[in-house]
Amino acid sequence: MILDFIIGIISAGIPLAAPLLLAGLGEMFNQRAGVFNLGVEGIMLMGAFVGFLVVLTVGSPVLGLLAAILVGAIMGLLMAVVTVKFKAQQGISGIGLFMLGWGLSGTLFRVYVGGITSIEGIKSFSFPLLGKIPIIGEIFFQNNILVYLTFMLVPISWYVLNKTAWGLKVRAVGTNPQAADTLGIKVERIRFQCIILGSMMAGLAGAYLTIAQTHIFADNITAGRGFIAVALVYFGRWKPVGIMWGTLLFSLAHAMQRSIQVYGINFPYEIAVIIPYLLVIVVLALSYKSQLLGPVALGKPFIRGSRE
Amino acid sequence: MKKKLYNETIYRVLIIAIAIFSALFVGAILLLIAKTNPLKAYYVMFTEPLSGKFGLTEILVRAAPLMLVGLGIAIAFRSGIINIGGEGQILIGAIFGTFIALSFPDLPTYILLPFIFIASFIGGAIWGGIAGWMKAYLSVNEILSTIMLNYIAFQVYMFLIRGPMIDPKELSYGTGVPQTALLSKNAWLARIIPASRLHAGIIVAVILAILVYIFLWKTTIGYKLRAAGAEAKAAKYIGVNVKNYLVLAMLLSGGFAGMAGAIEVCGVHHRALESISAGYGFSGIVVALFGGLHPLGIIPASAVFGLLIVGADMMQRSVTVPASIILAIQGLIILAIVSSQIFFSNIAIKEKIMIKLKLMKPGDKDDS
Repeated sequence: MILDFIIGIISAGIPLAAPLLLAGLGEMFNQRAGVFNLGVEGIMLMGAFVGFLVVLTVGSPVLGLLAAILVGAIMGLLMAVVTVKFKAQQGISGIGLFMLGWGLSGTLFRVYVGGITSIEGIKSFSFPLLGKIPIIGEIFFQNNILVYLTFMLVPISWYVLNKTAWGLKVRAVGTNPQAADTLGIKVERIRFQCIILGSMMAGLAGAYLTIAQTHIFADNITAGRGFIAVALVYFGRWKPVGIMWGTLLFSLAHAMQRSIQVYGINFPYEIAVIIPYLLVIVVLALSYKSQLLGPVALGKPFIRGSRE
Repeated sequence: MKKKLYNETIYRVLIIAIAIFSALFVGAILLLIAKTNPLKAYYVMFTEPLSGKFGLTEILVRAAPLMLVGLGIAIAFRSGIINIGGEGQILIGAIFGTFIALSFPDLPTYILLPFIFIASFIGGAIWGGIAGWMKAYLSVNEILSTIMLNYIAFQVYMFLIRGPMIDPKELSYGTGVPQTALLSKNAWLARIIPASRLHAGIIVAVILAILVYIFLWKTTIGYKLRAAGAEAKAAKYIGVNVKNYLVLAMLLSGGFAGMAGAIEVCGVHHRALESISAGYGFSGIVVALFGGLHPLGIIPASAVFGLLIVGADMMQRSVTVPASIILAIQGLIILAIVSSQIFFSNIAIKEKIMIKLKLMKPGDKDDS
C-alpha cells in the first residue's frame, strides 16, 4: 500500500517534470546570456494552444509540436527586439509578453475551438521487456517519447553551454558583455539567439501540456508553470543538472498533492493546490545565496560604450 | 526656453503616439487572426462607450479600481520594485473588507466604510509586504514571489468564499455558487448617478491619487522612497535605509490594491464573489506605465483603460470577438511603452530624431 503510493507518486511525477524542464532549460539559455525572460508563461500558453489546434485540425502531433516551436520563435523574436534592441526593462516586458500570450490564446481558443474538446495527442508507451520490470519498469519505462527526449536535453544543454564555442560566447555575454564586445563577440546577436532558442523550448513545453499530458486546452492551462520554470532556474543555479533536480523535486510535490486528493485524504482542495506555489516561494527564499552565482549581467541591457 | 519645453512636449507626445499606434497595429493583425475586422472592432471599442450614459458611467466604474491598483504599482515602481501581485492583493483586500462588513453589519455607514477600507488596506498590505520583506531581507525576486502569491491568494480566496464564508442561502438552496452573503446596506458605497452602477468609489480614488502625489513629492518619506528607487547606492549615502523603504513601498503598494478590492465589494457587487478582480491587477500595470508612474497621470490613464475594458465588452457583444483580446492588446501596449523609453533615456538617439524633426538645431545641448 505504502509502496504503491510512493511508486505512484514517482511515476506520475517524472512526466510532470518534462514541461518544466523544457521551459527551464530554455530559460537557462536566456539568463546565461543575461536576459531575464518572464514571458515564458505567455509563450507556453501560445505553444499549448497552437499545438492543440494543429493536432485537432490536422491530427499530427509532430506538426503540432513544430507549430508550437514556431510560435515560440516568433514570440521570442518579439521579446528580443523589445529587450535587446530597445533595451526595455526586462521584467515588465516579460509581463507584457505574458499578457499577450494569455489574452491571445484564450481569444483564439474561443474563436477557433469554442469549448472543451479532447485530442488524441501523444500517448505513453511501455518499452518491450524493460517496461515489465517491477517498480523500475513502471517508473522509468512507461512514459511518452517526449519525456525521454526532454531528459536527454540535460546533458546536451550542459555540453552546448560548457564545451562549445557558442556556449562560451553565451556565458561571456551574460557575465561581462563589455569585455565580450571588445573581444569581437556580437553581444546582441548572441542574446537574440538565446532568447529565440529559449522561447522555442517554452513553446514546445506548452505544447507538451496539451499534446502529451492533458490532451485538452483550457484558458490559462499552464497555471503558472512558466513562472515556476523561471524560479527553478534560480534554484538550479543556472546549471542543467541543478534545474533538472529542481523540476523533479517540484513535480514530485505536485504528484503527491494529487495523490493526496485521489486517496481521499481529508484536505481542502484549494489548500492542496497551494502547495506547489508555496514551495516555489520557499525554494526562492532558501536559494537566495545562490543568486550571487548567477550571471552577473542578468537583467541589464547591453549598451555599447557604457561602463556598467 | 519656453520654445524648448514646447518642442520637448511635442517630441514626447509623438513618441508615445507612435508606440501606442504600433501596439494597436499589431493588435489589428491579431484581430484579423481572430476572424474580426479590426477597423470595426476598434471603432466599437473606442467610440461606443462614449456614446451614452451607460458607457460613460461604466468607464468610471472600471476606472476606480484601476486607479487604485495603478497608484499602488506606481509607488512600488518608484521605489524600484516591480509589483505584479496586484491581482492577489485585490482578492485579499476584498476578503478582509468583506469580513469586517459581515461581522459588523449594524455599524453606521460613516464608521463602517472607513473600517472596511482600513481592513482591506491591511489585507493587501500584508500580501504585498510579504513579497517586500522577502525581497529586502532574502533577496527573493519580487516578480516571481508576487506572481506566486497571486495564485496562492486566489486559492485562499476561493476556499473562503466556497467554504467558511459562503452565503448561507447558497447552502440552504443547494446552489453552492461561491460567494459570500450580501452586505448590509450600511456597507454600500453610495451611487452617485441614479440608474447606473457609478458609485462614490471614483471620488475616493481621485482623492487618494492626490494624496499619493503629495506623499511622494512633498514629504520627506516620499522623497526617500523615490531616492531608494532611483539610485539605491546614493540613497544609502544620504542615510536612507533602503531595505526598510522597500518593505514600506510594498506595504503601501499592496494596501492600495487591497482597497481596490474593497471598492469592488462595497461599490459594485455588495458581496465577495469569484470574479471580483476581472484582471485589474494586471491592467493596473498598464495604467501605471501609461500614466508615467505619476499619480496625476494615472487619473486620466485609468479612464483611458476603463474605456478600453468597457469597449472590449461592447465589442464582444456587437462584433463577437471575445473580450479577452483586450488582455493581449494591453500586453502589446506594455511592450510598446517600455520599448519607447529608450527614445527618452538615450540622449544621442533623442537628439538625432529631434534634429531630423527640426525640433532642435544641431549643436543645441539637451540638458533635460
